[in-house]
Amino acid sequence: MKEFRAASALGERVSGRALVAADNFSARYDLDRISGIFSRAEHKLAGRSYVGLVLVLNTVKGGVASAWMLREMKSRGVVPAAFAFNRVNPIMVQGAAFAGITMMSGFDVDITVAIPDGAQVALEPDATPPVLCLF
Amino acid sequence: MTLALDEEAEAMRAGRFGPARQWAIAHQLEVGGYLGAADLVPVSQAHIMADTESLGASGVGWLEGLAALPETERRVRIPTMTDPRGTDFSQAARLGQQEWMLALERRVVAAFEALGVLMTDTCVTYQTIMPPVAGEHVAYGDTGVVIYCNSVLGARSNFEGGPSALAAALTGRTPRYGYHLEAARRGAFVVRLAVTPARLDEWGALGAIIGRLAGDYWRVPVIVGHERVPGSDALKHFGAAMASYGSVPLFHMVGVTPEAPTLAQVIDPATPALATIGEADLGRFRSGYDGRGEAVDVVVFSAPQLSLIEMQALAGLLAGRRTSVPLLAVTSPQVKPDADRMGMTAKIEDAGGTVLSGMCFYQSYARELAAANGWRVLATNSAKLANIIGGYGYRPVLLSLEACVEAACSGRIA
Repeated sequence: MKEFRAASALGERVSGRALVAADNFSARYDLDRISGIFSRAEHKLAGRSYVGLVLVLNTVKGGVASAWMLREMKSRGVVPAAFAFNRVNPIMVQGAAFAGITMMSGFDVDITVAIPDGAQVALEPDATPPVLCLF
Repeated sequence: MTLALDEEAEAMRAGRFGPARQWAIAHQLEVGGYLGAADLVPVSQAHIMADTESLGASGVGWLEGLAALPETERRVRIPTMTDPRGTDFSQAARLGQQEWMLALERRVVAAFEALGVLMTDTCVTYQTIMPPVAGEHVAYGDTGVVIYCNSVLGARSNFEGGPSALAAALTGRTPRYGYHLEAARRGAFVVRLAVTPARLDEWGALGAIIGRLAGDYWRVPVIVGHERVPGSDALKHFGAAMASYGSVPLFHMVGVTPEAPTLAQVIDPATPALATIGEADLGRFRSGYDGRGEAVDVVVFSAPQLSLIEMQALAGLLAGRRTSVPLLAVTSPQVKPDADRMGMTAKIEDAGGTVLSGMCFYQSYARELAAANGWRVLATNSAKLANIIGGYGYRPVLLSLEACVEAACSGRIA
């Protein structure tokens, strides 16, 4: 097992399979939130389901809609299990906090390189410092 | 990180001002703690993005829960405005929107009114309602509003998503991180312009290119080399696109924006330019949204809402013409009555276009609109809309205002 330390984290402990890409994220720009897939043709995860997976991406882009959308997605169960980003903007922090979805950012490595797509991971936001574990 | 709270904020956290303000402070502590805020800063205005496509039924129900509280517990503490709604109720049938969408919108309007929110329904508050002044701390939603007010007017705001903007409205404060701090407002890199755009779509393209260069919320671009001062609509499209493509909330344009009278005011003047952007770069960007020879399904002017000056230009181009595909012109509820009174709306609608008020195209169930109307190829002069609408299954084509009108009339992109 390897551990990757994060600068910031919120939410509860989560484990699951990672969905990884060296790409960015916006709930409005990139997702078909009804069917639970990445719908933006240019996205590196286009056509893939994100439901129940730990999304590991570079950073966040675009607008403010994710702040509401994450909670709405969670209410229907069509939502990632958690997020891990190299960097975040305030909207993702606000959205994850509002929705109660676990999130981490600010790793000491490029997390999209460190975590293989499909790997089993666990997020421990309450640890000091917060860690993402790769099994 | 633990935020310092004053006595009143502590009382809110303890629930002595009711559950709405207690939730708001708890949310601000969690967000501010994550982002390294030391305390809360008082804010004078809030602006809330809350279209029902984003909220969904669960978000609408949550808002209604706040609205059901006693009046003293639920009313916002500072002037609070709304971003565009998800419909223009008077044109919903023409757009092919369904009753369930309108029902959700009506419920949100009722909830916000109970909270004391001003239903301004606009993403161009700085052109229509009350622009903030330099140094004023505010809590704005809509990335276009934030970047314009931070950059052009010198206000202090982060991107505040709907829940956080509402939290600020309820407490009169917001966590002091990011662009409320002077140190964060320094430039991170320099971009030299070898071309100064003339058209709004070109300003949008330029903003998009710089946004991609920034690629990050925390990197402030400093722009040099422009040959003239752009107007408000140009900077509106420029900033909106930069925020959309790069999640950028602040730029400095030397000699134009208030915090950058000189390069040295915002960045080490010896900093070499990260990039020089010329006509060829604008052309390469536009080629990513090329549709020459294709049939167009719908032409949309939206994101940001049109100013009175943009409405005048569009009306002038459409006078005496006839569109062969739907043309939608989206403006604010503040501009629409003036456009009506001055005959602009009549000119656009006499040509077969539709003027929409108080909504935004991409915030109005765009995926369902495509299905209901058979729309796929969408022409626009907004780089921001071109960026967003691809995620809803459209194929966006970025054109000038004039070329958009030609496409709407001929049904084909020249």
